[in-house]
Amino acid sequence: MIRPGRGAPAAALTLAFVLAAAPALAKETGYVFVSSENDNAVTVLDGRTWQVVKTIATGPRPRDMRLSPDRGTLYVVASKAGRVDVIDVARLELTHSIPVGEDPEMFDIGPDGKRMYVSNEEDARVSVIDIAGRKPVATIDVGEEPEGVKLSPDGRRLYVTSEVANMVHVIDTATHRILANVVVGNRPRRFAMTPDGGEVWVTNELGGAVTILDGAKNALKGTVEFKPKGFRADEITPVGIAMSRDGRTAYVTLGRANHVAIVEVASRKVTDYVLVGNRAWGATLNRDESLLFVANGLSDDVSVVDTRTRKVLRSVPVGRVPHTVVVDD
Amino acid sequence: MSRERSGRRFGRSIVGFAFALLASWSFAATPSPLPKAGANGNAAALAATARAPGPAAKAVRIGYVELEPDARYDPLRLKFRGLAQPLGRPFAGAEVALREARFVGDALGASFALERVAGADAKALLAAIDTLHKDGVRFFLIDAPGAIVAELSQAVRGRELLLFNVSAPDDALRQEQCQANLLHTLPNHAMSADALTQFLVSKKWRSVLLLEGPRADDRLIAAAFERAAKRFGLKIVETKKFVLSNDPRQREQGSVALLTAGADHDVVFVADSDGEFARSVPYRSVRARPVVGAEGLAALGWHWSWERHGAPQLNARLEKQAGRQMSDPDWAAWVAVKAIVEAVVRTQNAPFAQLRDYIRGDEITIDGFKGNRLGFRPWDNQLRQPMLLATHNAVVERAPLAGFLHPANNMDTLGFDRRDSRCAF
Repeated sequence: MIRPGRGAPAAALTLAFVLAAAPALAKETGYVFVSSENDNAVTVLDGRTWQVVKTIATGPRPRDMRLSPDRGTLYVVASKAGRVDVIDVARLELTHSIPVGEDPEMFDIGPDGKRMYVSNEEDARVSVIDIAGRKPVATIDVGEEPEGVKLSPDGRRLYVTSEVANMVHVIDTATHRILANVVVGNRPRRFAMTPDGGEVWVTNELGGAVTILDGAKNALKGTVEFKPKGFRADEITPVGIAMSRDGRTAYVTLGRANHVAIVEVASRKVTDYVLVGNRAWGATLNRDESLLFVANGLSDDVSVVDTRTRKVLRSVPVGRVPHTVVVDD
Repeated sequence: MSRERSGRRFGRSIVGFAFALLASWSFAATPSPLPKAGANGNAAALAATARAPGPAAKAVRIGYVELEPDARYDPLRLKFRGLAQPLGRPFAGAEVALREARFVGDALGASFALERVAGADAKALLAAIDTLHKDGVRFFLIDAPGAIVAELSQAVRGRELLLFNVSAPDDALRQEQCQANLLHTLPNHAMSADALTQFLVSKKWRSVLLLEGPRADDRLIAAAFERAAKRFGLKIVETKKFVLSNDPRQREQGSVALLTAGADHDVVFVADSDGEFARSVPYRSVRARPVVGAEGLAALGWHWSWERHGAPQLNARLEKQAGRQMSDPDWAAWVAVKAIVEAVVRTQNAPFAQLRDYIRGDEITIDGFKGNRLGFRPWDNQLRQPMLLATHNAVVERAPLAGFLHPANNMDTLGFDRRDSRCAF
């Protein structure tokens, strides 16, 4: 496979420039964190040199990760241990773990950083976790194999996909009741949202498309389909999704089609396809949105995409079956 | 089977059945032994604690029709766990799919219910189908051997219903005996043979010793393999008939050593429909040659060791439901119910004719947890699907293998493509 820019000096310069230009913040470490499902560890990379700074052992099968709102703490789901491991970003050490119920997969954190909402894949429920108290405070029954979890910008509504029921559950975070069950495409996986919460984008892995929900009406609003050149419909399996903060651009990883689709949100038009690694799933933007990181589950690497030139700057080898990338820049 | 047949008891009481099923699942979270809905006399008693569907819920009723007794599920045979054999009655798979439909049902105001009926022969099964059909049931899962499936589908030809064959792999059901209202979710012999042959070709294991058993079903498996060998360019160096016997006068046919001592070959293919002889073939051959077909490596619709595309979760659900691992017919029953549910969801529970057309149409996307969008072949109603090449505890490959291409859909390199079809509805 062609990986444009691997080791090319011009690309490296661009990257260095991009990182140097990032706004300086008190806690920024420049670290790139990658969870590796089969290594039971989070790999910490230096965002400038791409050298491994440290490998932090976690519970078995680490998957989704997220920084606390103050960016001082990294939360890592350890699926096979039924817990979230808590890593101190400054010290790069695992400080403690929070039990979150059986087989957790993805999660989101409330805007105040107090609560965490975790999908429990095998139990078909969502656990609401009191982060400070380190314990579940509620569970909500949902359809089989819940995966993607996302809060509305105001934290009042929680969106959860059920991969088997082909639904998005809309949950009131105050009452923990399901407000609506919306049937979407087949095998819905993950979410992105416009900044006002007006549009909720859901990837449908088997449906091969993104379904757009109206955030106010909880109803279907549109669909984005993907047709990268040279692939059959069966090979297009969208899973990961990231949206720019201004809500203008969405990046959708196409799984087996080994591409990232770049979508103009307003027109819902695909403007580009970028070739990345094998079974591209996890998608993460850095803070200034100059770089997109794509976790390639079957080639054990992360593609770093320049969002301006839409070229892959490099692919960085990481642990076995990378799941999620988090950047602290 | 020592399990109590409860079809008749529940046949008249769908609502009770649906409740009982939900009730049994509310207990499933506890580690105590699980009550089995539909197989347990106490299930009805649990109904009082169940979560009821809304008053306006429109019931989608699915008949589950099974031959009983059925030699394929003989307890002794199940105990041997033959690689290409079922691990239990596929009803468990249908139950798991029903449970998965819970949320979509609620959202649509529809409830799904299984009505299990049993009979000792085709006549009894046909009477059961008649009764349910008169009562409004339009979807039927059929768990019976090929000859009975052929008889039933012939008898209900042209009626307003759909039969899903979940356990008969016979090629003839997809060819000369095909019927417009008979769908097949279990892969047929030709699909298995093609999948296995693709694997052998990819390994360059091109010469094969074929061991064939005495039963009519063994011949069907051997014939499918002969067809695949010709199609993909394998050479069958020798075909030998085996018998399951210690009779010294038959030792030429009973001894694996003698059966495998002839012309050299790369692999041994065993055509053995019940698997009892096949389990004695590995390691008893004269030469160090892999065994494929009924033992060693088999091409299956499902295997409990499959780990991708959500398979671990599905396996866990079946294990919770049935207390055993998931095998081919369980998957076939599961995916049949999934196909019905998918049609009900996508058509907002349309009338039967629309549901039937949707299920048989190009638009449907059935998630079989094997990574591809599944749907039925319009020319013979067979569910096109990937096949898993499995040993006793691992999936080695998924077919179609890389490099086996088809102009429209690579899954149509497995089994009967449109041009191979002798089916005329």
